[in-house]
Amino acid sequence: MIRVALPGHLRTLAGVSKEISIEVSEPVTQQSVLDALEAAYPMLRGTIRDQTTKLRRPFIRFFACEEDLSNCLPNDILPIEVVSGKEPFMIVGAIAGGS
Amino acid sequence: MSNVRVLVGTRKGAFVLTADGQRKKWRVEGPHFGGWEVYHMKGSPIDPNRIYVSQSTGWHGQLIQRSDDGGKSWNPVGNDFQYEGTPGSHQWYDGTPHPWEFARVWHLEPSLDDPDFVYAGVEDAALFYSEDGANTWKELSGFRGHSTGSSWMPGAGGMCLHTIILDPTNKGRMFAAVSSAGVFRSDDSGKTWRPITKGLHSEFMPDPDAEIGHCVHRIAMNPARPEVLFMQKHWDVMRSDNAGESWCEVSGNLPSDFGFPIALNSNYPNTVYVIPITSDLFHVPPEGKLRVYRSETGGNEWEPLTKGLPQEHCYVNVLRDAMDVDTLDSCGVYFGTTGGQVYVSPDNGNTWDAIVQNLPAILSIEVQTLQ
Repeated sequence: MIRVALPGHLRTLAGVSKEISIEVSEPVTQQSVLDALEAAYPMLRGTIRDQTTKLRRPFIRFFACEEDLSNCLPNDILPIEVVSGKEPFMIVGAIAGGS
Repeated sequence: MSNVRVLVGTRKGAFVLTADGQRKKWRVEGPHFGGWEVYHMKGSPIDPNRIYVSQSTGWHGQLIQRSDDGGKSWNPVGNDFQYEGTPGSHQWYDGTPHPWEFARVWHLEPSLDDPDFVYAGVEDAALFYSEDGANTWKELSGFRGHSTGSSWMPGAGGMCLHTIILDPTNKGRMFAAVSSAGVFRSDDSGKTWRPITKGLHSEFMPDPDAEIGHCVHRIAMNPARPEVLFMQKHWDVMRSDNAGESWCEVSGNLPSDFGFPIALNSNYPNTVYVIPITSDLFHVPPEGKLRVYRSETGGNEWEPLTKGLPQEHCYVNVLRDAMDVDTLDSCGVYFGTTGGQVYVSPDNGNTWDAIVQNLPAILSIEVQTLQ
């Protein structure tokens, strides 16, 4: 199981606590994790990445294992700690004010 | 006895205010969708418990929520707004071409006869519709695809399609307005459109009388007299007696004819309400006095309505979708401010009271009169 941490607004939207676990088929990549996440929680479609281009929304970042993975390619394999479930894949709202 | 439900969209969520027909004691519920901007929420005219909500943030983009029980519970529905074909470009602020990009839904307009059918006016200006209760959306591309589309440009708030009006007596006729392109009419249920801007004059344009480029802030119609339209333009209050074929100015003795919302009394179609704002450079009431102006003559002759409204040190704005009326015998008039106050007048504007004082900045007000 892959652990995914969602930002506050998306936890409320999906009705979940801070961290969720989802089944992801290998290879475990940013794209396959997001595909599985959106399949399990369809209300999240469009809130993390564009529904057509699949590009990450501008104010969203992806972190794991104390690394910024935001600009990795969608099909890059995620760190082994994420694949093994030791560390969460973190979806983070950029620090952009929040007026 | 009738009840009133006021749907309030704010910068930080939605609120639902309810009262009986006296409109004196109010129940305030919310925030719903706390922390999200709610540009608009509106109920179906024939199924008032069906309410559609436009919810967005810069982080997570656009959501649409739907309630089927009058706002007790909400469900996220479809939020995939794809322009049809290759979007092309419109004019940017500096006159250069800029790609058409979806930003948010400004206005939701449910059908007059089908609770599952709803229109959405979006930024960058385009018109979408859903036939399945907002689960899926398609563009009415004849609007954005108008031959003048490449010359449209945004106003300060973005290039938003902010007003959609359906003619209750002519099923195919609808009106839509865009800042800063103008106002358009369709007579074939939105398939094709034409500008209806004859008589509009805007000094900020190279040709002040050009067909395209007017910054229309809001249009209002009384359903009992659908051929008569009123408009609050960037500057100027305008009136059309022929479904927009031509317009004449009715600003008359207003202290400023700049403003955003405009509304009509539900019982007296010639009674018009506007809220003058100092200027395009200073979006606050003139002299720090929050005044609604009422014309009972269809424009030109205006009187200030001040009882119960702050008459000193008031520097709020009232945005274009933030005024509405109910349909009770003594027409209620409502508006919300960027300072978070929602005001109600249960007596056609004669007296005012604040329902709530400290909500987040208010983006929209829609009133449902419930039997």
